Amino acid sequence: MSNRGSVQVQDLWVDLEEFHLREIDLNISPGEYFVILGPTGAGKTVLLETIAGLHQPQRGRIRLDGEDVTGVPPERRGIGFVYQDYMLFPHLSVARNIAFGLKLKGLSHRAVEERVAAFGQLLGIDHLLHRSPRTLSGGEQQRAALARALVVEPRILLLDEPLSALDPEMREGLQRELARLHGELGTTTLHVTHDFEEAVALGERIAVVNDGRVIQVGPSDEIFRRPNSEFVARFVGVRNIFPGTVRRGENGGQMFRLDASPGGPEGADPRGTEIAAVTDLAGPRHASIRPEDILISREPLRSSARNSFRGRIVGIVDRGTFTYVTVRVPPDYTCMITRRSLEELELREGLEVHVAFKASAVHVF
Amino acid sequence: MRALFADRMRTTFVMLGSLLILFVAWPLLRTITASSPAVLWETILDSEVSQSILLTFTSSLIATCIAFVLGVPLAYLLARTAFPGKWLIEGIIDVPIVVPHSAAGIALLMVFGRRALLGRAFGLVGIKFVSAGPGIVIAMLFVSLPLLVDAAREGFESVDPRLERVARTLGASPWRSFWQISFPLAWRSILSGMILMWARGLSEFGAVVVLAYHPMAAPVLLWERFLSYGLRYSGPVATLMILICLATFVVLRVTAGHRRAKA
Repeated sequence: MSNRGSVQVQDLWVDLEEFHLREIDLNISPGEYFVILGPTGAGKTVLLETIAGLHQPQRGRIRLDGEDVTGVPPERRGIGFVYQDYMLFPHLSVARNIAFGLKLKGLSHRAVEERVAAFGQLLGIDHLLHRSPRTLSGGEQQRAALARALVVEPRILLLDEPLSALDPEMREGLQRELARLHGELGTTTLHVTHDFEEAVALGERIAVVNDGRVIQVGPSDEIFRRPNSEFVARFVGVRNIFPGTVRRGENGGQMFRLDASPGGPEGADPRGTEIAAVTDLAGPRHASIRPEDILISREPLRSSARNSFRGRIVGIVDRGTFTYVTVRVPPDYTCMITRRSLEELELREGLEVHVAFKASAVHVF
Repeated sequence: MRALFADRMRTTFVMLGSLLILFVAWPLLRTITASSPAVLWETILDSEVSQSILLTFTSSLIATCIAFVLGVPLAYLLARTAFPGKWLIEGIIDVPIVVPHSAAGIALLMVFGRRALLGRAFGLVGIKFVSAGPGIVIAMLFVSLPLLVDAAREGFESVDPRLERVARTLGASPWRSFWQISFPLAWRSILSGMILMWARGLSEFGAVVVLAYHPMAAPVLLWERFLSYGLRYSGPVATLMILICLATFVVLRVTAGHRRAKA
């Protein structure tokens, strides 16, 4: 059985207590890393559990590799499942947790031990195998849960908010781990999250769900550049997210070179497309800058901010006490300023201004 | 300790509570100290007493085993599923707690009596309940089963259903995930429910005496000795029973305490 299963969900309806899924249609290609993004209570977990066979849909079909599995019990679907809070069996050691699925497959004692050791190593937890799950940190528990799910070579891997219970540092580490595992094993992965940056960092494609319905499906760039609805725009938020590449700058710092941004006129100020950042990541990544971290001024600022660009105001959106001002450098930077500074600076569309932000305000992920 | 007497209100509460503790502890201590070890030893050697205690222990153990086989699955269903009329099932399970136990005995007699339907059916395979061991067992079962079912249910409720779901995705059938995940994790609750049920069964008098005066379960023997010979001769039997029950109770508290410490 290949671990690069495809998933087709067709017109799926599920009613489970307060959760209702409606008309869910998804097509996930073999080997794809697919992210389901939505707010808490959108029914993401129920969707994942239904694909796993843990709930019966009221309507619709689920196909794995083209095989209709709608009525097949979870134990015969060939699925790996990882929950947010790990769900390691507390009465079994880490090794026996990982061995659980292998034993059910009827592997010999020796084969089980070998594969547990191999996956312990793959996840970097081989020194913890004899321990009780209770004594592990959150990150270690999640690695053990991943090993337990992957060791049985599932056709698809279902991840339910796998990073949400971790503290920010661990989260970043495990996020890279997920990307690495997917690169190495190539298992088709469905990853549920409410965190947009996590979705962008990992997902080849993203489905935005709300209220039990799929609102938009597409590559991540498309989701934040062309949100198809008010909800997606709001949920994704007004932010500056740019795909690009990290490279080492001349004076020791890192530079983030933005990919050619759509909409910018050719030959525009090229400086705005390379920004100083603080990160230990490398290669193709995304960078985001919070709108409130970008300063806007009429004259160039003499400050510690390492990124300072000239541009033209192309949009002003009034949100009451604060205002979003979009400045085209290019790319378009959206800044958040108070209404008072808007009035004091006498900003209006078409005006030439300067934007500045610190390298540390650039979040690379 | 100081927190107990932090202010006048607490001091008053300590005094009121102490009265209640004294009310329980004094008679028990008085009974235990009333009989000398020599008299107690003599009582144990009394074959009528020892046989009756043995009968009581085994009957309660059988009742507990029956409740285990039939009650643990029920407890699992109550913990895991919602269904119409669930409140009614929960109510039925807990009714034995509120029914007077002699009334429970009468009720059982109406179904398991010699001429009653189930009584006759079991009679065909040679099991009779009236004035027989099986009568003691069903009387104990009836009055003490809520203790096991409720404890087991609490145990299953404390097991995250997602643990079972993970087991299912890893290839476990519903049976497997029950035996390898839910049951072991709920086991301590189930065990402490079993001990509690067993101890409660030992002490049952009302329902037992209606169904089976003979053979004599320990509480019935105690009652008979008291009626026939008075306080003096029933005292040592009472002491013995209290000591045995105290011992079981200590075991129970230790296992339950262990569970709490682990959780």
